[in-house]
Amino acid sequence: MKFSAITDILRGDKQADRVVPPSGHTAWLTSFTAAAMTFLAVFALALSLATGRLADRWGDALAHSATVRISAPTGQLDAQTRAVLDVLATTPGIARARAMEDAEQRALLEPWFGPDLPLDALPIPRLIEVTESREGYDSEGLRQRLAAEAPGAVLDDHTRWRRPLAVAAGRLRLLGVTSILLIGGAMAAMITLAANASLAANSQVIRVLRLVGARDAYIVRAFVRRFTLRALAGSVVGAVLGMIGVAFLPAADMAGGFLTGLGFQGSGWLWPFLLPPLAAMVAFFATRFAAFRKLKELT
Amino acid sequence: MIAFENVAYSYGGGELLSEVSLRLAPGSFHFLTGPSGAGKSTLLKLCYAELLPTAGHITLFDRDVHGLDRDEVAMLRRRMGVVHQDCQFLDHLPLTTNLTLPAAVSGRQAEAADLKDLLGWVGLSRLGDALPPQLSGGERQRAALARAVIMSPDVVLADEPTGNLDWDMSLRLLTLLVELNKMGKTILVATHDLNLIRAAKQQVPARVLRISKRRLQLAGADL
Repeated sequence: MKFSAITDILRGDKQADRVVPPSGHTAWLTSFTAAAMTFLAVFALALSLATGRLADRWGDALAHSATVRISAPTGQLDAQTRAVLDVLATTPGIARARAMEDAEQRALLEPWFGPDLPLDALPIPRLIEVTESREGYDSEGLRQRLAAEAPGAVLDDHTRWRRPLAVAAGRLRLLGVTSILLIGGAMAAMITLAANASLAANSQVIRVLRLVGARDAYIVRAFVRRFTLRALAGSVVGAVLGMIGVAFLPAADMAGGFLTGLGFQGSGWLWPFLLPPLAAMVAFFATRFAAFRKLKELT
Repeated sequence: MIAFENVAYSYGGGELLSEVSLRLAPGSFHFLTGPSGAGKSTLLKLCYAELLPTAGHITLFDRDVHGLDRDEVAMLRRRMGVVHQDCQFLDHLPLTTNLTLPAAVSGRQAEAADLKDLLGWVGLSRLGDALPPQLSGGERQRAALARAVIMSPDVVLADEPTGNLDWDMSLRLLTLLVELNKMGKTILVATHDLNLIRAAKQQVPARVLRISKRRLQLAGADL
């Protein structure tokens, strides 16, 4: 395909634009399809970007922290806690370590056991929150030292939490991208069908144009320009409505944290503006393909 | 300009034209006659490469039609003006836009003065803004002729141009075709109207071809 085909679309040809009758159900069908698909694509894009952010956030938060859990008889708990804190204080790559207060542990367990949890009466392990420095620490070496100094201490570096979360976030992101591709494919298929219907309905127009010496490129341009512009206009409407919809999604605190981060943030709001030109491009190629194929059938 | 050499055309297993040889010299005037269904329209379609022969060779402006791609056919049609029996127009566009279509698809701009002259020549000066469905049969035929000649083609092919016209209107259209021929255009008119052919032969040295039993014959002597 020549680059001039695209510049011709942008430049337009007043006479060529008029040869195709303006009315017909394919007109609004194309615009509506483009609008609906772009509306959905905005949400798919929001999902994809949000899952990306969530993956990064979860990864960062869990990658730089660890927990030491101490399960020991009541009489040995304080001694082992001190021993663990001493070990951690002398371990390279550990920026900070602190034993969690009973109130903090109670707050952590409260969602499962309720507010009246008798913490003193239960054999609840002591938790030590560990924050890594930028260079990180040797987890295997630390495990061995802890085993020697505090036999009840177990290091949890969050690997088993982090991996499934990262996998889940990656899958969600893939789902978003796949949705966008499927939406693009469905839009191409629908616009191709609409273009075929329009070409069939206008076979008389095509016959007249061929009779007076119109080349295929001229006829195709008349149809392609119309469908491309309709798709662009519909897509702009769909994108704006989609962005309004995303903007009015419940805030994180209103939804109890479940929808945390869903939507666009900062420069992410610019991404939906790419969808109308993409939709126009899809319409351009879909109509061009359909028109050239149909012309070979008609004459 | 247009030459047929032993051309045959078949469709659906039946042969419509057989061993047709024909040569349209520049500036000549030919009538093509024969009974309905004899193949007059088919022969005309072969002339502007809407159909391709199933046997033999057709040469248009020294090019074999079998070697032409779709764009080359379009370019050759710009050198021909075709008047169809059913006068095909773009019904949603005014007459002036329809008449300038051949110029538009060629990337040229029709001069307003030329268009005015052309509308006057075919007697449609007042109807430039009318839509084709608003025109009478005769007006449509004259408009089709005007569209056919706007690019000053070398050849004018007319398929039953007076099909549904009264005698006065038929003579008026014939006069236009004769004027074109006197300007040097090659004319081929398919018609079953023998009176029209007789009237034309009084004005121009027209040759009459007849399709009979799938073959093309020279049939001037009995008219």
